[in-house]
Amino acid sequence: MARVVFIGNFRQLAGGDAEAEIAASNVRDLLRRLGERYPALAPHLDEGIALAIDGEIHQDALFSPVRPDSEVCLMPKIAGG
Amino acid sequence: MAANSHGKTNGSTRWVGTRPVRPDGVDKVTGRARFGADVHLPNMLVGKVLRSPHAHARIHSIDTSAALALPGVKTVVTRDDFNDLPSEFVPAGEMLINYRDVVRNVMAREKALFEGHPVAAVAAVSEKVAREALARIKVDYEVLPHVLDVVEAMAPEAPLLHEDLITAGVEPAPTTPSNVAKVVEFKLGDVEAGFAEADIVIEREFSTQPVHQGYIEPHACIANYSEDGQAELWCTTQGHFVVRGHCAKLLGMDVSKLRVTASEIGGGFGGKTVVYLEPVALMLSRKSGQPVKMTMSREEVFQASGPAAGTRVWAKVGMTNAGRITAGEAVLKYQAGAFQGSPVQPGCMCAFAPYDLAHVKVVGYDVVVNRPKVAAYRAPGAPQSEFAVESIIDELAKRIGMDPVELRLKNAAKEGTKAAYGPTFGPVGLVETLEEAKAHDHYRTPLKPGQGRGVASGFWFNIGGETCATLNLGEDGTIALVAGTPDIGGSRASLCLQAAETLGVDVERIRPLIGDTSTLGYTFLTGGSRTAFASGMAVIEAARDMIRQLCERAAKIWDIPVDAVEWIDGEARPAGSNAGEFEPLSLADLARLAGKSGGPFVGRAQINAQGAGPSFGTHIVDVDVDRETGRVTIERYTVIQDAGKAVHPSYVEGQLQGGAVQGIGWALNEEYIYDDKGRLQNPGFLDYRIPVCSDVPMIDTVIVEVPNPTHPYGVRGVGETPIVPPMAAIANAVEGALGLRFTDLPMSPPRVLKALGDARVPKAA
Repeated sequence: MARVVFIGNFRQLAGGDAEAEIAASNVRDLLRRLGERYPALAPHLDEGIALAIDGEIHQDALFSPVRPDSEVCLMPKIAGG
Repeated sequence: MAANSHGKTNGSTRWVGTRPVRPDGVDKVTGRARFGADVHLPNMLVGKVLRSPHAHARIHSIDTSAALALPGVKTVVTRDDFNDLPSEFVPAGEMLINYRDVVRNVMAREKALFEGHPVAAVAAVSEKVAREALARIKVDYEVLPHVLDVVEAMAPEAPLLHEDLITAGVEPAPTTPSNVAKVVEFKLGDVEAGFAEADIVIEREFSTQPVHQGYIEPHACIANYSEDGQAELWCTTQGHFVVRGHCAKLLGMDVSKLRVTASEIGGGFGGKTVVYLEPVALMLSRKSGQPVKMTMSREEVFQASGPAAGTRVWAKVGMTNAGRITAGEAVLKYQAGAFQGSPVQPGCMCAFAPYDLAHVKVVGYDVVVNRPKVAAYRAPGAPQSEFAVESIIDELAKRIGMDPVELRLKNAAKEGTKAAYGPTFGPVGLVETLEEAKAHDHYRTPLKPGQGRGVASGFWFNIGGETCATLNLGEDGTIALVAGTPDIGGSRASLCLQAAETLGVDVERIRPLIGDTSTLGYTFLTGGSRTAFASGMAVIEAARDMIRQLCERAAKIWDIPVDAVEWIDGEARPAGSNAGEFEPLSLADLARLAGKSGGPFVGRAQINAQGAGPSFGTHIVDVDVDRETGRVTIERYTVIQDAGKAVHPSYVEGQLQGGAVQGIGWALNEEYIYDDKGRLQNPGFLDYRIPVCSDVPMIDTVIVEVPNPTHPYGVRGVGETPIVPPMAAIANAVEGALGLRFTDLPMSPPRVLKALGDARVPKAA
């Protein structure tokens, strides 16, 4: 199962959990299951987030694959100047 | 088609990494290039904005009757012309934006929230008439107390900008409003335990001033709204698709009815990622039935367009006597301007990113104040927080007598490091930049008496995003490359090089242009150091698409299977002797045969680029300080940065130099000066002092190349990171020269003189 890491305010929304193990094959599955497990987090998963999958930042990428041994870090969406 | 025909590099490149003449160069040096204000349409009107003279005032009424009665005035718009929008957060830039705020930033509604806040706008036959009309508009203001400072704005008794603003990110949610829009927290490990392991702990408070991006070209646009509800908009912007979306939302239009063309752009640096004039010009044009041109004066640019956030930062770092950093903690208070949305989140995430730390805690506050809404500025949020941390790192190095580069090397983030903001880094090049710094002639050259030397490192994430590109093969074998990201820093050259490399053709045969919003699918803006990476990926995909078509056509012409054709060095060849004996078909050959063999060739790509590689840099600076005037002179400056792969090294060097120079201005001179009524006193380049050529030496650059594995040629974005290290590097150098630690920016002559004077005066017993 992928290891999901919560940082920043996401940890608060995940009831204080620092990490969670989620079975998912892609980002869409992962977000859906996260929303089911953490209802307070669910409204924040549609917009404004990025996922670092094994260190690589993915934004708005529902079908990016997630491997069973992946580390997935929820983080705020990033842009820049 | 053979598997090796996709233009994938094997490490050696023919075009990527070369320095051809820029494709937009001749137009720019001859004055042909058309910028935001350079288009004129028949029957065009001039639009001007009436701006609030007050930093904070309730607007009771706006009477435009006298203005409308003036001959030559065609129409006036106010808050009544824009529909109020419900609270709806959408991703834009480094934070979410709320359309409820965007419509209020474009045209004040209940209150004017900063000096320069638009209150009304006029379209008239000339600028003179428009200005006269503005003077005739009567606004009934109730002036309210204002607040400019971030700490004062957080106080319970501070004047409230938004009576309904409840702090987000706090549990339980507050029941009363405040100016604190949001609190964010990033935590890794246990900072208390980390500090307990430390032999030395240093904590300091820092402040940075809001600074403007200082783009030379002011905001400008021309809107032309027709009677059937279609509209065209020409504007200077970093993202015309984003402008289209915002304007359509604010005017209640279908995006398909609004065609936006990005002009050439005279600088943006993040400041042209939002809308100011554009919705107003469209509304004036819609109401008048004529084209309307609007341009900001420099004064308006300073008064009403977004600077970088001013900040107050407290930071604390613990370290062992052996030079191992054990913990880092910071509290960041960022000005958002009149509406929520400062870059405090990325500020938090970047603060300790250069270091491999087990224990980190950063808390950030997003705070509204009576200043223009902040906008992105190169690596938004990062320079302020990293200024604090990199200053303390330097102090720690001095405390234990360790070389500051060595200390950074000992603690540097590298592949496999769990970043302080959460994820684990893939291949990154901080160690390589530090090794280059240590070995550089600059670092090893002895200083002259009285000079000081400073170093600092910096980080930015970089992004990808939605991006389209098209390659149109002409009948003579030349190619028109169409991209959707406005070219600010040389991206047209970079994209041509990546297309040429993939196709295997001479780069001179590719002519780039930036397509308008009707010619390509949605393409996110130029920002976040994404264009060379993401538009590059799109162009490479478009080139591969074209190669597929070319190979299929060659197979058809030769009457052999497509997998018996390979694309090598810009021509289709039979893949081995079993495929048959055929003369290769070049791009020009296939272009000539296109019509008779099946039609034209168009390579297309529409992608959402993922996997942008982060970028680290390290700067070295030598300064001299005039003890009589307080002037800090930059004697020598070297930027070392990981570019992954420099597609056009001259442009990469330009980005590194430009970021460093803007950082020098941030460090030494730039600040907004307000009077006691919250009115800006220095809205011009004479009094708001950005560096000019005579202020800086030649900025030396070293490009490190640690390839980004996601990109076919290894590209990382480079535009953001170089503005991150300068403030700390210069503060560290000044400390070396004077023995005085500056924690407040800018280190301008008056401040330096004062600090020197204070240091000479013995403290009272």
